[in-house]
Amino acid sequence: MEDILNALVVLANFVIIPSLAYGAQLALGALGVTLIYAVLRFANFAHGDLMAFGTMTVILLTWFFQAQGIGLGPLPTALLALPFGIIAAVLLAMGTDRVVYRFYRKKRSAPVTFVIASVGVMFIYNALTRIFIGTSDIRFEDGERFIIRAGEFREWTGLAEGLALRSSQVHTLVIAVVVVIALFWFLQKTRTGKAMRAYSDNEDLALLSGINPGRVVLITWVIAAALATIAGTLYGLDKSFRPFNYFMLLLPIFASAVVGGIGQPFGAIAGGFIVAFSEVSVTYAYRRFLSHIMPEEWMPDGLVQLLSTDYKFAVSFIILVLVLLVRPNGIFKGRVI
Amino acid sequence: MSFLIGEGMTGGYGGADILHDCTISVEKGEVAVIVGPNGAGKSTAMKAIFGMLQMREGVVRLGERDITGMTPQERVRAGMGFVPQTGNVFRTLTVQENLEMGAFIRDDDFSETMEQVFSLFPVLAEKRRQPAGELSGGQRQQVAVGRALMTKPDVLMLDEPTAGVSPIVMDDLFDKIIDVANTGIAILMVEQNARQALAIADKGYVLVQGRNRFTDTGEALLANPEVRRSFLGG
Repeated sequence: MEDILNALVVLANFVIIPSLAYGAQLALGALGVTLIYAVLRFANFAHGDLMAFGTMTVILLTWFFQAQGIGLGPLPTALLALPFGIIAAVLLAMGTDRVVYRFYRKKRSAPVTFVIASVGVMFIYNALTRIFIGTSDIRFEDGERFIIRAGEFREWTGLAEGLALRSSQVHTLVIAVVVVIALFWFLQKTRTGKAMRAYSDNEDLALLSGINPGRVVLITWVIAAALATIAGTLYGLDKSFRPFNYFMLLLPIFASAVVGGIGQPFGAIAGGFIVAFSEVSVTYAYRRFLSHIMPEEWMPDGLVQLLSTDYKFAVSFIILVLVLLVRPNGIFKGRVI
Repeated sequence: MSFLIGEGMTGGYGGADILHDCTISVEKGEVAVIVGPNGAGKSTAMKAIFGMLQMREGVVRLGERDITGMTPQERVRAGMGFVPQTGNVFRTLTVQENLEMGAFIRDDDFSETMEQVFSLFPVLAEKRRQPAGELSGGQRQQVAVGRALMTKPDVLMLDEPTAGVSPIVMDDLFDKIIDVANTGIAILMVEQNARQALAIADKGYVLVQGRNRFTDTGEALLANPEVRRSFLGG
């Protein structure tokens, strides 16, 4: 019995809890991508770097607050800086739409033109972030780091294995739940949210009904930029901030959006967790987990790891390719890219 | 003076003219039907009246007011409702949300209008929480008409409302359309099912190659041997 409990604790500590946190971060990112796709009808390649830009603003302000001695006690200072980071990202996204995407919208350009334009925007965001904050790895989490420490857990339970629950993981899940509830309430219940869904569903009829497309597009950018900054900040708190990693996040985020069905907010959330669980469970070394439930003599010599963590992005890539081949509109019947 | 009139409309989609000096009008509480062979410019005439087509010549007047230069959106605000032939409902939105979106430009309380739509189309009240995309073709057309009625228009324009529905549903839809006309709304529609449509029409227009060929009451057109022979299949 204790062996099984130990094994479960190992699994929870190294697979389940990290996947839940990572999945929530991906889901928030994928929600932004999916909303942009639903309303503006293109896959926004600059989303990862919009996340990086928003997070960078949060970090700079965190440093500023720390220097001023302003903090939130046990909570990370970054959460105090988050609203300001959101504002900065929203302004950047709105400015980009004004300068870049509006031009193509007026010309009624093909979606692929938008995608290529967004690649250009991605490089500009990329450069912006690197000019201000550099390319190095930055840890900006402060306050109480752990909610449950592994050592304390072992003492309480008397188990051989420890379970650590980091604050950043709990913050991620709590904030993600609140944000998702707020977003769905907005989309389902408010006039503006319904207008957004109507515009996404049938642009011509929305115009005929007097829905102002400029306003719908603007609100979509506001929401997407806010989601990007929240996702980026939570990811940075949980792991670390490095501009290049945020660019790389684009792949799992797109995989999440596509698995769930792009254009479907529900799908983005489901997709985020599917991709996160796949990535973590495929790259986790199960040796320690197996050591509790397998007789000594049966234990394999290796780490029992399906794929090295260096290849974790291959998981997203395989998921992406498989979904596009087998079920291009995803689980929740989104659009086909 | 007619309530809504498109007079001497000439124009097309940029290339050659499709409409040639075409005139269509409708009175309040009246049903006017545009019929004619394929490619006669029926839908084009409707689009010209609704401002979806740049006319080279001609004027559109709505209750004495010249609306020729208005965009379709402005015409909706001026009191015109339009039900396109395809893509006329928000498929992923519920029936009720479709109606709410129809009333998007209204800032006042539109619950009374919604109740009127529900009493006109009782089946929609039953299915108010269902996505419009899950309804049958006839029910979807009712949602489309209901959506257009939410602005309380003076004129309702329908582009082939019975396209792709069964004959029974078609009769039912025509009955509903007469009900709508009886509330004092002017109805202008384009129809493929010429015989049935003319039977309920106060006024009928037979268009051929973008020109008015015959204009008369629906009854008279149905009785006209030339119209019967050429357009109604004997």
